[in-house]
Amino acid sequence: VYLWELAWILPSFAIPVGMLAALAVTAFGAGINVAGDQGRIDPRKVAEHPLFKEPGVVEIAPGQFEVRMTAQIWAFAPNEIRVPAGSTVHFWATSKDVVHGLLVPRHNINVMLLPGQIAHAQARFDTPGEYPIICHEYCGIAHHTMAGKIIVEAKR
Amino acid sequence: VTRTERRLAAANLIVALVALFGGVTTGLFQALGYAGVELYSSLAPVIRSHYHSLSIHGVLNALVWTTFFICGFLPFISSRSLGAPLANPHLGWLAFWLMVGGLALAAVPLVGNAATVMFTFYPPLKAHWAFYIGLTLVVAGTWLVTLNLALTWRAWRARNPGVCTPLPAFMSLVTFVMWTIASLGLAAEMLVLVIPWSLGWLSGTDALLARTLFWFTGHPIVYFWLLPAYISWYTLVPRQAGGKLFSDPMARTSFILFLVLSTPIGIHHQYADPGIHQGWKLLHALLTFAVFFPSLLTFFNVVASLETGARARGGRGWVAWFRALPWSDPSLAAQVLAMVLFAFGGIGGLVNASFNVNLVVHNTAYIVGHLHLTVGTAVTLTFMGITYWLVPHLAGRPLWSPGLALGQVWLWFAGMMIFSPTLHELGLRGMPRRTMISQVSYMQPEWQALLPLVGIGGFLLFASAGLYFLNVALTMVASDRTPQPAVEFAETLSGADQAPVFLDRWRPWLALAAILIAVAYGPTLVRLAITTPLTTPGFRVW
Repeated sequence: VYLWELAWILPSFAIPVGMLAALAVTAFGAGINVAGDQGRIDPRKVAEHPLFKEPGVVEIAPGQFEVRMTAQIWAFAPNEIRVPAGSTVHFWATSKDVVHGLLVPRHNINVMLLPGQIAHAQARFDTPGEYPIICHEYCGIAHHTMAGKIIVEAKR
Repeated sequence: VTRTERRLAAANLIVALVALFGGVTTGLFQALGYAGVELYSSLAPVIRSHYHSLSIHGVLNALVWTTFFICGFLPFISSRSLGAPLANPHLGWLAFWLMVGGLALAAVPLVGNAATVMFTFYPPLKAHWAFYIGLTLVVAGTWLVTLNLALTWRAWRARNPGVCTPLPAFMSLVTFVMWTIASLGLAAEMLVLVIPWSLGWLSGTDALLARTLFWFTGHPIVYFWLLPAYISWYTLVPRQAGGKLFSDPMARTSFILFLVLSTPIGIHHQYADPGIHQGWKLLHALLTFAVFFPSLLTFFNVVASLETGARARGGRGWVAWFRALPWSDPSLAAQVLAMVLFAFGGIGGLVNASFNVNLVVHNTAYIVGHLHLTVGTAVTLTFMGITYWLVPHLAGRPLWSPGLALGQVWLWFAGMMIFSPTLHELGLRGMPRRTMISQVSYMQPEWQALLPLVGIGGFLLFASAGLYFLNVALTMVASDRTPQPAVEFAETLSGADQAPVFLDRWRPWLALAAILIAVAYGPTLVRLAITTPLTTPGFRVW
């Protein structure tokens, strides 16, 4: 192996290894993680499941909100969520029919809603404003109408 | 190479080009739609909706154009490099007609709006059974191509004991063996879950199990598309550039790594899926990063080979030699420009594969921007470049206009330089993919300013494709008959004689591939297979 071949090979190893290390730090140090395994649910009996009996927003602790959300063609329930600025919002969601998606741009909320699986994602909303909740998986002819919003209200 | 190989290549090429024509036409409708020009009311009843058009676009371009081109090109290349005809010409034609039959069967519901489920057909969206059976027959046809290539290689090996397999034949066989292993996931999804369910034999299905089997095949399928382009870059382009392949052993090494590493990484498409533990996702991220290594080997080897050509033509300097390549050859220009854009596609792919960074881009327009650099340019523009010598050779007629071809190639590059970066940026701004954006209720002002650029870029790409088809068609009807040579394989600086024997063996590498797949996929697939009730009903909601 010549020196200039080494000059190519070593960065080829070092770059991906360095990137993986950075990923591990952000995922497990800073807690920015991808979807995991939260268990199954029978998609035909979503309404009977304790989490999804009454879709809506619940304050589970000061500044901590839980959104219990169902997706079906072509709507989210609830489709409007109001929280005060500085809140952490935990989404628990599932689909009653086909595959849907849950995307809140710029807030690291990006998870698939599969019939049969419970999905979880969380993010902090610091800046007051209105943010779209978007279904980002093709789910039929009116897919582009499937959306909701998060309204982050300034603290009084 | 006998008449059979030439005719088989030509037959596959005809199907591929017809598919590409349908694919770029529906692509134009998509691009104009982004810019706010929705043509669907005037396209009815042929094209019923944005999603009907998008399903046709994906199936024709990503599945049909690629697969048929590859099944025409690689057996032809392989047979030329071994200096031997295909082991079984009847098997070759059986594979072709099986694929054509499957395609016809799948095309009926696809065109008839009974399979508007995208090329990923995620259950529980439920298409007509003919769509699934048709696609499965196409895959079965590709397995027969693998068998024929393997038989051809074995017959050659028996006549040439102890000789290192010529590089193009070796790479072609690696490509098809890798694909055959990878396609087992799709075959299982089709045969066990989707086909029985679409026929009404099973009352339900499961979204996660189906997606996991799909992506077992769905990531390596991109290497099935890409490796034939690499084969051209490694074994033909150095000669077209006036140089030699830098290193044959390094090229073999990279292909063996693709054979081993292509499949056990598919879960990086499922980072956003609930129901798979983060630990498995992280392992697939790690293995995906490992594929970065053979990709960089390829980059180094191919660029070094181009440099030998440019320097032989008088090129000087650290980077200025790049200008000395024979840019007037449209076949070479197409493939070098495809490489340039693929560098950005590779970098973007690393972003997608980067575990939690994927949260920013998953299922957004960023992915559309990415895949139009990879399959839409690295693969498609390379294949177009190949046809600029292959069609004249097979037809025995010179290319109608090399000048027009050169313009076509640069127009594709220009169109993609507008189209793809715009979609990347729109994705970063949160715009979803696979969505009729002109009609959404949540249009963001920061998207609106960029959307016309998608339409302009897409229109330039369509115009480029139009010039391409015009040139190919006029070659067939308006050029005089004069035999045209095929491009010869490149000589090497460091040749096959330098390759260690273990690089020309199969069993250890196949065993390693099987072990990695078992480790990366075994526990998840076994758990899902045991614990998943097939109870999710199907829906036809388009």
